Amino acid sequence: MSTSQTTTTDHHPALAHQFDSMEQQQEASTFGMWVFLLTELMMFGGLFTAYLIYRLKYYPAFVAGSTSISVSWGFANTLVLIASSFTMAMTVWAAQNGKRKTQVWLLLATMVLGTAFLGVKAKEYYDKWDECHIPGHVIGKGFNAWGGCSATDKSLGNIAEEIRDPKAHGNPNVTEVSAEQTAKRTEIFFSFYFAMTGLHAFHMVIGLGLLAWLTLRARSGEFGPAYYTPIELGGLYWHFVDIVWIFLFPLLYLISRHQHGV
Amino acid sequence: MSTATAIVKPVMPERHFLNDNYGIRSWLLTKDHKRIAILYLFSITFFFLIGGVFASLIRLHLLTPNGELFEADTYNKLFTMHGVNMVFFFLIPSVPAVLGNFLVPIMVGTKDLAFPKINLLSWYLYMAGGTFSMAAMVSGGVDSGWTFYAPLSSGYLKTHVIMLAVGVIIAGFSSIFTGLNFIVTVHRMRAPGMTWGRLPLFVWSNYAASLIMILGTPVIAITLILLALERGFHIGIFDPKLGGDPVLFQHMFWFYSHPAVYIMILPGMGVISEIVPCFSRKRVFGYSFVAFSSVAIAVFGFVVWAHHMFVAGISVYSALVFSLLSYAVAIPSAVKVFNWTATMYKGSIEMSTPMLYAMAFIGLFTIGGLTGLFLAALGLDIHIHDTYFVIAHFHYVMVGGMVTAYLGGLHFWWPKITGRMYPEAPAKLAALITFIGFNLTFFPQFILGYMGMPRRYWAYPPEFQVLNVLSSAGASVLAVGFLLPLLYFAWSLKYGEVAGNNPWQATGLEWETSSPPPTHNFHEIPIVTKDPYAYGEDAEVTVVH
Ligand SMILES: [Cu+2]
Repeated sequence: MSTSQTTTTDHHPALAHQFDSMEQQQEASTFGMWVFLLTELMMFGGLFTAYLIYRLKYYPAFVAGSTSISVSWGFANTLVLIASSFTMAMTVWAAQNGKRKTQVWLLLATMVLGTAFLGVKAKEYYDKWDECHIPGHVIGKGFNAWGGCSATDKSLGNIAEEIRDPKAHGNPNVTEVSAEQTAKRTEIFFSFYFAMTGLHAFHMVIGLGLLAWLTLRARSGEFGPAYYTPIELGGLYWHFVDIVWIFLFPLLYLISRHQHGV
Repeated sequence: MSTATAIVKPVMPERHFLNDNYGIRSWLLTKDHKRIAILYLFSITFFFLIGGVFASLIRLHLLTPNGELFEADTYNKLFTMHGVNMVFFFLIPSVPAVLGNFLVPIMVGTKDLAFPKINLLSWYLYMAGGTFSMAAMVSGGVDSGWTFYAPLSSGYLKTHVIMLAVGVIIAGFSSIFTGLNFIVTVHRMRAPGMTWGRLPLFVWSNYAASLIMILGTPVIAITLILLALERGFHIGIFDPKLGGDPVLFQHMFWFYSHPAVYIMILPGMGVISEIVPCFSRKRVFGYSFVAFSSVAIAVFGFVVWAHHMFVAGISVYSALVFSLLSYAVAIPSAVKVFNWTATMYKGSIEMSTPMLYAMAFIGLFTIGGLTGLFLAALGLDIHIHDTYFVIAHFHYVMVGGMVTAYLGGLHFWWPKITGRMYPEAPAKLAALITFIGFNLTFFPQFILGYMGMPRRYWAYPPEFQVLNVLSSAGASVLAVGFLLPLLYFAWSLKYGEVAGNNPWQATGLEWETSSPPPTHNFHEIPIVTKDPYAYGEDAEVTVVH
């Protein structure tokens, strides 16, 4: 090409033609990632808002649904993700300090932890299948509270039996809902459970793909103190997905649990 | 153009972005923002024509009151596909993805957008989304209306709602990536001396639209994902039969789709803010007011969505608040109109084609905006809700405003993009035909709506026929106005006069580089020393009439 190239003195091979310097490139890329995460925040935000609206609307049903899922598995997964965030943060440190081998090992560790998370999630999904808690009647054996499932599991009905809507107590404007109806409405809780954890898991899968790509590039020694932007951006994304889980865990598993048995 | 310097005829530059490389690969794998803009230009024109065919069929059908041409179901599909094509595949990407893509990097004085690969990706996403929506059309169409209201769309219709929704979601990510690229480019890639106060107003308005793209579009994505989940897996989210809340769908849908009308109109306003000072030979009046009104529109735009839901069962108090806030949006919009008018006042106005479009924009947008206030009024909205009054209002803003601005901008920057002038006489004729055809099509619809003709109806009482025939007649005039530019733009590619760097004697960095610009936009990155509308200072002396 006869077109004149940049005339800056800094000629790192990773410098893209549209930037004047590595600093500009790094600032722009990091800024771009933050803007993208803002977009992601709005996407999850829409989902969280819808969840909260239905939680207010069908409070007893959401307590019943929340009580029926396993806190211990959820907690274990929370620890796994926090650990993976730690290894990811260490990866950035290793790249900044030019430790090539450590980078690769830390990236692999992050991927193992991410995969473990997805494994636990799959186990939890399978439990829902087993308990006939898959909403709708397209996948699974049908939602049990609607009578679509032949399983003998009556847990939702039993939980719902114990829960009284605190607003309904002696309030003529709120009709007391039967245990059977509450159990049916837990289907909405599970709709959101799957939509929220599913969208999160989808982001984890994309994250694992990114990490695999970064591992290959780190192995070839591309990243060092002068250039580690991709590792940093991958880290930002990974931490974001972790933080989404940090909100999902209490919202889905914890927040209503103390109501059980009131 | 009789300028003092026109003694030497301008010649085409030897090398520029169009002839830097040849072959289909050099286009489909290009990372040059200018070439991507051209890719968008072609694909957007394609979807505009498809949407136009649907519009023509709708108008043809409404010639007679009893619905003789199409079955009711077919008619539902026609207006759905017209709306989806025009909103998601023409109006939203038009100015940002074509003119914005071409101009934003040049206007801020840099070699390309911050992320050229993501820019190319966004075009591919747009095409993928378009393919899904075309597939939905070809395999039988969709009849949900472009608004996808649940539970109609999620539980009752038998058509390809999910396929269309997937297309819209994918196209949404294309617009998110365009917005992201603009925001990062404007923040981090400005040329030395290009301060925020020296940014052209076109860049300001695209920046404001980009804010809406990145903050609003993800919400429509998640809304349509939930809709598709409800439809596909029969889980309850919006369908009241399954315990869902249909009003929540409307809240979530309009949380994006109201601000989305500002994605459509803000970049168009930016075009007008460039054309008006150029052909008035005057500095734009109240630069900072025009610039900040764009951002104000973007911000206010996010808190008015429920004005689409006054009759959907929201509480009187929230309706009151949303009505008030909707009135508030009129303030920054009016600031722009007044400032354009003040810019023209006592200017030496040249009635070139872009200026004709700009003036049409100001008039039609004002009508569209003011009738929007009728609709934001709680009492009146109950009377004219979901009538042709809404259709007319929306088209005055979107066609009278946005499409007019797009055409004006296309004429204004055509010499920059192609290096050649379009022929002035047919262009002026086309602008005139468009203006007449537009008003003839849509003004009768205000009256129809006020008289009570509901939107989306397949048949109507015979007393509405005269106005409907007028509207359909106008539509055919409008079609001529839209087709003419296709012909003479194509003609100009070969026979148009060579434009030279700056045929309009305009200010702004894009006029300092050659036409068409070189691949890296400038032979040397410019250093900016003056504000973008320095008309009437050193620019004035070169113009001799
Ligand atoms: Cu609106």
